[in-house]
Amino acid sequence: MSALGNLFLRREAGILVMIVLFSIAVGIARPQFLTINEFRIVLLLIPLILIGAMGEMLVIVARHVDLSIGSTQALAAIITGMMFKFLPGVPWPVGFIVAIGVGAGLGFANGVLTTLFRLPSIIVTLGTLNLYRGLTFIVSNARQVDRQYIPSDLKAMSTGAVPWIIVIAIAIAILTYWFADHTRVGRQVYALGSNPVAAPLRGIRVNAVTLMVFSISGALAGLSGIMYASRWGFVNPSNTGSGFEFQVIAAVVIGGVSINGGVGSVLGVVFGVLLLGCVSAALPLLGIPGTAQSAIYGAVIIIALLIDRSVRQRGIRALAMQRARA
Amino acid sequence: MPAAAADTPLISARGISKSFAAIEVLRDVDLDLRRGEIHALLGENGAGKSTFAKILAGVHRPTRGTLSLNGEQVDINSPITAQKLGITLIHQEPISFPDLSVAENLVLGRTRGAALGRVRWAEMTREARQLMDLLGVRIDVTKPMRGLSIADQQMVEIARALASDSRLIIMDEPTAPLTPKEVETLFGIARRLRDEGRTIVFISHRLEEVRALCDRVTIFRDGNKVATEEIGNLTDGDIIRLMIGRPLREYMKKQGTSIGEVALMVDGLTLPGVFHDISFEVRKGEIVGLGGLVGAGRTDVARAIFGVVPATSGTVTIDGKAVSITDPSQAIDLGLAFVPEDRAIAGIFRTLSVEENITAAVPRRIAPGRIIRRAIEKALAQESVRKLRIRLASLRQPIGELSGGNQQKAILARWLLTDPSVLILDEPTRGIDIGVKAEFYDMIGELAAGGRAILLISSELPELLALCDRVLVMSEGRLTANIARADATQESIMSAAVPRSARQAVAA
Repeated sequence: MSALGNLFLRREAGILVMIVLFSIAVGIARPQFLTINEFRIVLLLIPLILIGAMGEMLVIVARHVDLSIGSTQALAAIITGMMFKFLPGVPWPVGFIVAIGVGAGLGFANGVLTTLFRLPSIIVTLGTLNLYRGLTFIVSNARQVDRQYIPSDLKAMSTGAVPWIIVIAIAIAILTYWFADHTRVGRQVYALGSNPVAAPLRGIRVNAVTLMVFSISGALAGLSGIMYASRWGFVNPSNTGSGFEFQVIAAVVIGGVSINGGVGSVLGVVFGVLLLGCVSAALPLLGIPGTAQSAIYGAVIIIALLIDRSVRQRGIRALAMQRARA
Repeated sequence: MPAAAADTPLISARGISKSFAAIEVLRDVDLDLRRGEIHALLGENGAGKSTFAKILAGVHRPTRGTLSLNGEQVDINSPITAQKLGITLIHQEPISFPDLSVAENLVLGRTRGAALGRVRWAEMTREARQLMDLLGVRIDVTKPMRGLSIADQQMVEIARALASDSRLIIMDEPTAPLTPKEVETLFGIARRLRDEGRTIVFISHRLEEVRALCDRVTIFRDGNKVATEEIGNLTDGDIIRLMIGRPLREYMKKQGTSIGEVALMVDGLTLPGVFHDISFEVRKGEIVGLGGLVGAGRTDVARAIFGVVPATSGTVTIDGKAVSITDPSQAIDLGLAFVPEDRAIAGIFRTLSVEENITAAVPRRIAPGRIIRRAIEKALAQESVRKLRIRLASLRQPIGELSGGNQQKAILARWLLTDPSVLILDEPTRGIDIGVKAEFYDMIGELAAGGRAILLISSELPELLALCDRVLVMSEGRLTANIARADATQESIMSAAVPRSARQAVAA
């Protein structure tokens, strides 16, 4: 694993360097950026994106894409919120089961459409992005679930010295790392993305693996839904999860996951999420209006892709030269 | 296995037949593969040897017949089953996972272990290194597969066969993409595996390789097994005769045409490392065949003439004028047309309509004033469909929906619209039905009768013999024969086509 590890490490080190350089640059302009308090702000910005990105990473490594996770987050959050509202007797941890279950079901549906009907996942999830968002409006009657209905124990998970939502996000990242790098089925996800034609010839059950990654992606989007309720104290059918898929895909791509499948690491994606968090936290300090945020995200994705491509080409040249010498 | 079974063949095939749709590509093949032998499968393209290999490897299932492994009947219904039974097929360009490491490629697909079972990286790497050492090759197993040469990728495949302790390893034309040194290494390993008691099936076009490596040889022709022999009992001449000795089909007949002036003259055409000093001429009304084995450089010559990959030296003269063609558009302007070999890759625009495909080479005719006139486009396409008897549902249907033969006709139609004076056809009838083939032969004859010069690249000897006024033969990048119609026989073409070392053996 050493040489392959080095290759990934180089890629990940690159993102880390980008984070450090960016922080120093912003820190020079606005010294308060490099304080503990600001670091906390960054950390509170990222748990939702990090959890969404773990699922999205698996989907993209398998050479698919899930555009519906923002809407999945919203639908899972609104159903959970309405349960709290209309069934106040239900213990609040049940909310996690409901949110994750709803998310997994929605992700499974994406997977069924993609595998059974052989539709391209980008179109399927573009459709369900709208479908799930629409269902969010229908079940909630377009009404927000307000603060008073969200259990205070749930809201407390987002406060304190080390908020629980950060702990959960880190735990999910570690679990994903273990799954992706150290289980047989995790490696099959990479194999499938690397060569979908060869995968069945090697006994990989392509449909099962595909259904699994979409279900995981949905389940994690559902988890991020209840964490949204915890973090913000409400669930709104139009705001919750809006643009979430783009933040997540940005983080995944910045983190070095190849959109062509087969390549990507949890560590890279974690760094990608951190970089995105730093950018988000720096914008208000630098006096850049929130309206510019989307444009900045877009620019960051494209820059990351350009850097990724130049690194990759250098890697291929290096391999070719090694071969020529051998 | 009990010792009593020592002389039972590893594999016994009995009455194996295979049909695709209505076409029988393999007929009633009986074949025993012994333990500890290297067994060559020989035959022309389409003779059935690769199909037979794929049946052994579980890629195809036989339509009829039975297979026994160590005397017990088996049903090899998938590549996975084949692997479990210890049968591995090594493709010419191995199928792998380019982003994963060599070590992972080796172990992926092993059937034991739970889905959430742990991947033990250290153990996997150690095991992969041992396999590489066993093979005596130096490949860093932690590197991604992507950077490996084809030869190294084949080694990884062989290592994979060893990792699952395969008893039968089938190599489908493994040497074609390899350098001579890499071939030596491969042969050394193949012999060692044989000496360990494994069985190797070796598919190749190169007689000298078969002679150097194999113990026995089975020859296929037109889907039949025609012989299985110890290699020492056959001369190269015998082998060639067995491979090609089929009767000429009577539907091929040459129309008498009058042959005119020189339309295309090529002199000293050279592209270093690909072809050397190619000189010939094609006259108006003449059909000149270009025969030889796959990889002899025939297509490269055609591509050079057409300006796809121009030659570095030599001259091309068209209608008596020396020309320098560095781009296909110049070639089209000069009245050349080139129907390429692999229509799926180089010929058709799969998702576009038949109509658009037919008119693709004549933008100026369908778009006077640079705006496409649908009426002209449709009229041209309709006329072509009628003339060439292309069978379709609608001119607007995507060309990918047509049968192979009709796609090929549409491509021919495209080039005929440019009204070429010189037409180069590269394997025009590969993979199309017999019936459509006959129509093609008629058409090619008519085109020549109409005064066009035709250069026909073909690997099918009967096709060359039936259609051509003259047959040129290439071998290893050089022109080795220029045979007049009267003197052309399957033997004369084939003996010029086999590489030099083997040719001397035939002469001896």
